[in-house]
Amino acid sequence: MVEIVQATRRHPLQAGQLDVASVSVTLADNATRVSLRAKDNTVSALSKALGITLPMKPKTSASNGGRAALWLGPDEWLIIDDADSGVIADLAKVKVLHSAVDISHRNVGIIVAGKGAAAVVNGGCPQDLSLKAFPVGAASRTVLGKIEIVLWRTGEDAFRVECWRSFSNYAYAFLQESARDVAI
Amino acid sequence: MLLIKCPYCEEERPELEFRNAGEAHLVRANPIIEQSDDDFAGFLYFRQNPKGLQFERWRHIHGCGRFFNAVRDSVSDKFLTVYKAGEPRPDVSKLLSPAAAETEPPVTKRPRAKKVQV
Repeated sequence: MVEIVQATRRHPLQAGQLDVASVSVTLADNATRVSLRAKDNTVSALSKALGITLPMKPKTSASNGGRAALWLGPDEWLIIDDADSGVIADLAKVKVLHSAVDISHRNVGIIVAGKGAAAVVNGGCPQDLSLKAFPVGAASRTVLGKIEIVLWRTGEDAFRVECWRSFSNYAYAFLQESARDVAI
Repeated sequence: MLLIKCPYCEEERPELEFRNAGEAHLVRANPIIEQSDDDFAGFLYFRQNPKGLQFERWRHIHGCGRFFNAVRDSVSDKFLTVYKAGEPRPDVSKLLSPAAAETEPPVTKRPRAKKVQV
């Protein structure tokens, strides 16, 4: 017997309305973000000033309270903290050579949370996001569709996607579309 | 999709995160002013482009951002090894151990090569 499936037509401008219960794609609160570049021998001084031991292993992060440091490269970290935090002021006191650039307004954070969050991100991200390969706390710069993102797993079913602000419309619409596809 | 190992991230990542950056181990003459025009043109423009094993630079541009070197077979697209920038060329004969050679079919047996001969 032939089963007739009627596809529901969706207006392209409906991207902002996600009618899925199992997983949510929401905007993260405004945050302070700092791109930190430094050599190995300065890490202990920077860690002390930040109150976080800067992670040295690839694809890892460290957090203390609301402040988190994500390993992006062998000499590069992304620091994320609340909007009114004093990350730059803390780093200004450090005497060792380093580069700390405030990129708070360059990035936009999107939270993907709920059942199947990994599948939602995997809709455009080619990395292995199983808990074994990408455990809670793992963070990495990678791609989502045709843009570059920083992906941070904050929980078993929760991710923070950081993208550049001019790409944020694309990333938000992409993740919502992906969420519709994997909705349970 | 190819999985490429990044020596800095110490794991295999999808090829979308990488970008090829041309031939590896090109050394700029010092002092460059004493180099003949022909030699300089060779350094600047002319590349080996061999069929088979080649030493290449790659960049993990959408990952850790680092440049590294790789030995890749341009016929089978198989990566034999990757190593950090600045490290010496690995010994190719060691990489081509019997186990590695088995997985890599000889060039002449590939259908495309036969077509060219006809």
